[in-house]
Amino acid sequence: MKKVFVNEQEILVPDSATVMQACEIAGEEIPRFCYHESLSIAGNCRMCLVEVENSAKPVASCAFPVAEGMKIVTNSDKVKKARKGVMEFLLINHPLDCPICDQGGECDLQDQSLYYGKSYSRFEENKRAVEDKNFGPLVKTVMTRCIHCTRCVRFLDEVAGTHELGAINRGESMEIATVVEEGITSELSGNIIDLCPVGALTSKPYAFTARSWELNHHDTIDVTDGLGSNIVVDEFQGEIKRVLPRFNENINQEWISDKSRFSYDGLNIQRLDKPFVRNIENKLTTTDWETSLDKISFLLKQYNSNQIGVVAGSLSDVETMFVAKEMFNGLGVYNLDCRFNGSNFKIETRSDWLFNSKVSGIDKIDKLLIVGCDPKREATVLNARIRKRWLTGELEIISICAPNDLTYKVENLGNDIAILNNADIINTIKDFFQNSKFPMIILGDSILSTEEGENIHVITKKIADSCNVIKEDWNGFNILSPYASRAGGLEVGFIPTKNGINAKQMKKKILEKEIKLLFLIEADDFDIGEIDNESTKIVYVGHHGDKLASKADVILPITAFTEKKALYINIEGRPQFTKKIIQNKGLAVDGWKIFRALADKLGIKLKYNNHQQLLDRIFKLHPEISSINEIVPAKCLKSNKSIPKIKSLKSSFLVKNYYQSCPITRASINMANCIKRFSKKEESIVNG
Amino acid sequence: MKSNNNNNLEKFEFTKKNLEEVDKIFAKYPDEQKASAVMPLLDLAMRQIGGWITESAMRYISTLINVPYIRVYEVASFYSMFNLKPIGKNFIQICTTTSCWLRGSDDILKLCKKHLNVENNQTTKDGLFTLKEVECLGACVNAPMIQINDNYYEELNKDSLLNILNKLREGKEVSIGLQTKKRKGAEPIDSVNN
Repeated sequence: MKKVFVNEQEILVPDSATVMQACEIAGEEIPRFCYHESLSIAGNCRMCLVEVENSAKPVASCAFPVAEGMKIVTNSDKVKKARKGVMEFLLINHPLDCPICDQGGECDLQDQSLYYGKSYSRFEENKRAVEDKNFGPLVKTVMTRCIHCTRCVRFLDEVAGTHELGAINRGESMEIATVVEEGITSELSGNIIDLCPVGALTSKPYAFTARSWELNHHDTIDVTDGLGSNIVVDEFQGEIKRVLPRFNENINQEWISDKSRFSYDGLNIQRLDKPFVRNIENKLTTTDWETSLDKISFLLKQYNSNQIGVVAGSLSDVETMFVAKEMFNGLGVYNLDCRFNGSNFKIETRSDWLFNSKVSGIDKIDKLLIVGCDPKREATVLNARIRKRWLTGELEIISICAPNDLTYKVENLGNDIAILNNADIINTIKDFFQNSKFPMIILGDSILSTEEGENIHVITKKIADSCNVIKEDWNGFNILSPYASRAGGLEVGFIPTKNGINAKQMKKKILEKEIKLLFLIEADDFDIGEIDNESTKIVYVGHHGDKLASKADVILPITAFTEKKALYINIEGRPQFTKKIIQNKGLAVDGWKIFRALADKLGIKLKYNNHQQLLDRIFKLHPEISSINEIVPAKCLKSNKSIPKIKSLKSSFLVKNYYQSCPITRASINMANCIKRFSKKEESIVNG
Repeated sequence: MKSNNNNNLEKFEFTKKNLEEVDKIFAKYPDEQKASAVMPLLDLAMRQIGGWITESAMRYISTLINVPYIRVYEVASFYSMFNLKPIGKNFIQICTTTSCWLRGSDDILKLCKKHLNVENNQTTKDGLFTLKEVECLGACVNAPMIQINDNYYEELNKDSLLNILNKLREGKEVSIGLQTKKRKGAEPIDSVNN
């Protein structure tokens, strides 16, 4: 610790602190543009000038280390004059267009100009104009407003790792530009909008739709991937206007992916707002709740319990799956599965499906093995955290069946999972993990959805055991699932029990026409191909008219994550609530209420009548998820199975379409625009 | 990139001889700081291509020093000594900073423009000359001066300038350095007179 004086107040600061940090510890506000806690120090905006004793000129406090006994002054006339001078220079080329600027009202330049600037301008010459750049369908640019803080450049360099922006030319001609004219391809590109202290980079979809001071802010969580990133949803007059990240050190820090940020427009498109029933002419017609529920209870009574299958999709909340499970189990139906993608592995303890090391555990790992997983597209923010750790130089990474563009250096051992049969490879992995203090294995849920899923899980667990990845105080064995519903479904046991069959087997039975009635709870990604309406009746419960809704015989509309308070469990096993922000669409209700109502119709007694009672029941039966935002660590058993032989597999399971992965993102125009723009890189067909 | 009108898409590679130079350049920097070699490499590439740098050369250099392309482009666009557009065979840089200006660099510039029939930053139609006004080149003692390719031509006047331009146009050799033969190098004028 060093002793310094800020405005004659004596404080102790860490040895490595900068003058700016010392001032902040002392409670002095220092204006700044280029400095950002999560990025490297640039020191080019000069707004943070303060006076340091024995220094002839004011110093840039963000880049100046403290010294023992240093006397810092932040409120002298000299400092005020310096700030005024810097501000005047910054404003020389900045247009006076705040009234038509989307940043207006939440603009660092506007605020600081008010507090630290001059009240008038002495500049009479012409301002320079800069050509706008094409940053793609998400980020709008007005480059004349740019003050060259280079936060965006540093973000893409350091956090996103795509190196797509740079400051070209110099002096008066300096500009921020992209390497190629097709926009920023990084899946984290939206964050540069938040970072931009002025209105040079703003959100394209949000452009001119609201003013920042009119918006109501709602804290909730994101469901487009398994991470459960914390977000703020900004709403105005009952409409969602934009989504921003909310700081949570344990999950997303201060970033969110583009999918989380820009897919909100999908919540207004292709929504189901009434129940539908297929009539005699084979057409879906609107109806009321009573008729549709009667139709379903009629269907349920027609078939044997082993002819009925239930699959939950990637957006289902815990409540819906829990009530559906109780209802169907009450009927004697055990063909339930939340693993719609067909991922299949032996579950003994919770640690078999959780991200056991926690996301924040990444900050201390020193060895990482990635198996059958694409963290860049399945958990973008988590990938950025791995990169951050890798940049410290203390992390080595190897991979099997993983892409080669993960934004950090990965030594790929091979792209055929069958190499795990090879003793040499196992020895290589063992050598790799030797002496590692915090080893980590990330096993992708996507590779577990292949034919060999079960064997891959066993063999990876074996590797974890033999390489000492699981220790007394550290569990480095992690499953990464890209779906928001997955951990929740597994926590409440939405999986086949007794004689039930799993999603993969159900798929087979549907083809063999042995499953006669299929319940799909938002499970549009349950790949059943062409289905015969005659042999299999489908009940679709969901909020979007997505892939499978049109094939259904009965459609029941439910609320999306912004319209309900609902529980989601993230990959770590962390329970979090979404918030009800906007009204239900039409007749839509919360998913769990449908199954509660059906239970009544079918004479199954369930002991809860409202959301709170339901939550009490869930928490009583599943105490591991009863403390909100807290993780209950899972016990880990040593695998006692013999090592299986794995068949050869091509990496076809890896994500091909980052932007469209769930009904909401498939309905989103913003996401479709991204696909159009980046289709060269990510092959896909635009739906709708 | 729009700002870079550089449409020479020919693939660039260093010649064998220049690759030896590259090794010598790399030897000057620690292995983990190879990126520091960006400026000497750009210079080498510029010489190989003939006075300017193509995009493919910058991409090639970025792979040599293992940095993203944009980092090389940033450097190349920052320094005025790197030309990102094709230039004439003789690249004339006229100093117009204080000392030269006091000693008549405005006339030198005007004469150049008139004689070559080009404006600042333009290349003559025959591709022989490119004219560029620059800041101080550090030969103030013999002002006014110009730089043509790698050589300085100092203490110019109307006649000596026209002489240089004509000779270069005809492909003849021109003596470099001082154009008035009264003294050597940077000797004071007085000591010569005494």
